[in-house]
This record gives sequence, C-alpha cells and structure tokens, in this order.
Amino acid sequence: MKLTTGFANPPVDAARAFRLVLDAMAHPARIIDLPAIDAPTPCSPAAAIALLTLVDATTPLHLAGAHDSEAIRDWVRFHLGAPLVDPQDAAFALGAWDALCPLGRFPQGSADYPDRSATLIVDGAELRNHGARLTGPGIKSETCLALPDTAALRANAGQFPRGLDFMFTSNVQLAALPRSTQIGGA
Amino acid sequence: MTEYNFAYLDEATKRMLRRAILKAVAIPGYQVPFSSREMPMPYGWGTGGVQVTAACLLPEDTLKVIDQGADDTTNAVSIRKFFARVAGVATTEATATASVIQTRHRIPETPLTEGQILVFQVPIPEPLRFLEPRETETRTMHALEDYGLMQVRLYEDIAKHGEIARAYAYPVRVEGRYIMDPSPIPKFDNPKLDNSPALQLFGAGRECRIYALPPYTRVESLDFDDYPFTASKAAGQVCAICGAEDSYLDEVITDDAGGRMFVCSDTDYCATRVAAQAEDAA
Repeated sequence: MKLTTGFANPPVDAARAFRLVLDAMAHPARIIDLPAIDAPTPCSPAAAIALLTLVDATTPLHLAGAHDSEAIRDWVRFHLGAPLVDPQDAAFALGAWDALCPLGRFPQGSADYPDRSATLIVDGAELRNHGARLTGPGIKSETCLALPDTAALRANAGQFPRGLDFMFTSNVQLAALPRSTQIGGA
Repeated sequence: MTEYNFAYLDEATKRMLRRAILKAVAIPGYQVPFSSREMPMPYGWGTGGVQVTAACLLPEDTLKVIDQGADDTTNAVSIRKFFARVAGVATTEATATASVIQTRHRIPETPLTEGQILVFQVPIPEPLRFLEPRETETRTMHALEDYGLMQVRLYEDIAKHGEIARAYAYPVRVEGRYIMDPSPIPKFDNPKLDNSPALQLFGAGRECRIYALPPYTRVESLDFDDYPFTASKAAGQVCAICGAEDSYLDEVITDDAGGRMFVCSDTDYCATRVAAQAEDAA
C-alpha cells in the first residue's frame, strides 16, 4: 500500500490553506477552492488539506463510517499523529454526513467554554449555493447552501454559543457553517 | 542557521493559533483561551497581535502596522521590520493597499474593504475585569449573559459625571450576545467595528486570549435610551496639517507656554490628504 504525501512545503502550504479556510469560516456558505493534493481513499483533497492544516497530536480525531479506512488511519498516523478516538472525545471528526450523525455524540462545548466543541468535516456531499437561507455574522445580507439536514443544523445553531462547527468538503471545494449562522427555510 | 521558519513560529504553534482563531470566528465576541508563546518582544508590545498576525500571514501579503494611528512610531516600525524579516512579506503605510493590518489602539480612517484582516493588539481582553477581578466569576457572567454589573457601572458614570465617562476601550455588545472589549481604541472608532466588511481579529498575548468579529457582524456600543452613545473626539478642532474635520485628532504640545496643536492620529490618512491637496494646487 502506498502512503499519499502531505504538504510539499508545510509552512507556506499550511499558511495558504489556513487563509482559505479562515475565509470560508468568516464567510459562511462561501464555496472556496483548495489546491488539489493526493488524499487517502475515500477522503477528498479538500478534507485532507483541512486536516493537514489544523489537526495534530494535540487534537483527538474521530473517523466515521467509510472514512475509518486503513488508508486514512495510516495517513493520519504518519502525517498528523492525531489520537483516533470515539465521538465524545473528538476535537475534529471526519466522515460522510450519515456516518457522523447523530450530532449529539460530539462535544458541544460548555456554557463557560463554548470553544471546547468539535469541528466536523463533512466529506463527500456536493456543494451548491441554493437551498436553506442563511443569515448571521459573516454574511452581508443572506446566502444559501444546500444542507444535508436543515432541522439538525438549525437545532445546532439554536444552542449558540454552544454547538458544533462544520466544514463541508467535496473534491477540492470547502464551505464552512459555524454555529453562529442562523438557518431559515429553503 | 540563518533563516527562520516562515512567520517565525513553529508549525505546531501556528496550528494551535489557527484553531483558536477559527473558534473565535465561529463564536463572535467570545474570548478563546490559547497557549500564548514568548515572542522576541516584551508583553505589552503587541505579542498577542504578533502571534495572530504570524498565524494568518501569507508570503504574498502586504502588511501595515500602526501604533495609535501612526506608521512611524517605534512599536509599529519594529513589528513591521520583524515580519518583513521573518515572513518576507511586503510592507506598506497605505491602508487601501494592505491585506493585513496590525493595529495598536486605532482603526484606520480609510474604510476597510472585504478581504482585509485587521489584527488588534489587546492588553486586557476582559471587559468585566475592572468590575470583577475573578476570572471564574467573569466567565460565569459571560456564560449566563449576566451583564447587569456593566450597566450599573455605566449608570454610575452618568449619576456622577452626567455622561458615560469612558473615552476609550468603550464596551460593545456583539450580535446581541457577548459584551466585548474592543481594545483601547478611542470610542470615536467604535462605529467602525459595526458591520465592517473586513475580518477583525483580537490578540491578547499576556492574557492568552483570542477573539474575533467576522465581517458584517452587528456591534453595538453600550448605552441607555436617554443617554445614547456618541463617537466623540476633540470638539471644534480640525487637523492643523491637512484640515480634516472628520478624523480622530491627537493633541500635541508644542512649547512650555500652553501652545498646542491638533493633528490627525492616522498618519497615512493625513499624508494622503496633504498629497492630494498639493496635487490640486499644482
């Protein structure tokens, strides 16, 4: 089995990737293009870049469903060194939407420390700017994003300031949905 | 060994900072604890801002650094030189051409645009700290949205002085939830925080806190219906150099006989206006 590579020039590649991810998180539902890299099956290149940028030995990672593959586990051990854990201990999680649900299994943060909540990388679903109407910080008037489960994500936003933050990834694209975004109807 | 890792900090530290920044953006106004590092400058010189800037910088960035609005003061010059050396970034004094701006205690007069990042240096991030010194208590107050103490403080100002007697670090409410210290910017700058197209990040190095205002975030200065907030500055004065009536002014003592002048605190804004006036005259 062949191990896929990580960043070619980690300090600069990670800086570029972070600015794109930061742009996505600061502008919910904005679909951004990340560079193409080789990613372990079935992980998308965008999700792999997000992991390489943010995850390391200090951030427990949960691999859900098909993403709990030998190829991804080996890649995580070599490139990130992140402990692989169950959902309740995860700082980050990677998987398809159905495999990540139910969302209540992940740390939601506390009222005192709402930042101690998981970031979920939802891999695989195609990203499209239509569907649920979104408003809130980072959004000038309103925007749209096709969401896998509007009711579950609306319930997550309803917990603000507690709650999960999401990155939706597909191939080389990424869009973020922080807990601060209010989710309206379709 | 003569070279630094890009942007000075090691990669694990930058990842830690980047995770804190993303959580800060996801919870506008909430102070995210982070593991602040020693930087090659003392606390109080902008170590929080420097760490946030280091975590955000790209080699392609153009960096502007201001201290109380000025590009040419010691703190601004040394931080600008630091990043030119350790990150190889271009630097500028022009607000409009900068992609990242690190600031101590001012927001530039020139309106910021989408895509720009404004990094504030923050000495005391906790707006409730001088009302309640215990971190455990202020944390609970934020959790419960229990901000009565702050309202009482502002009310006591009005009872004692006839107005809310706070000229800088004037507290704000972010998206109707967290009360936030905007760092010691003059309250004249508070309206610029609201609904800004730029991303605003706040770094407090000694206090180990990062917080953020995403673009287009609602930021209201605290006040009362019958004592509304006013963004005041030196009354009835204009800049002695460029004649600006709309900018924040510094008072400069010119002699020991009571002589003084008022000049723009934002040196780039003032110089740009002077250059434009010279062009018009020519």
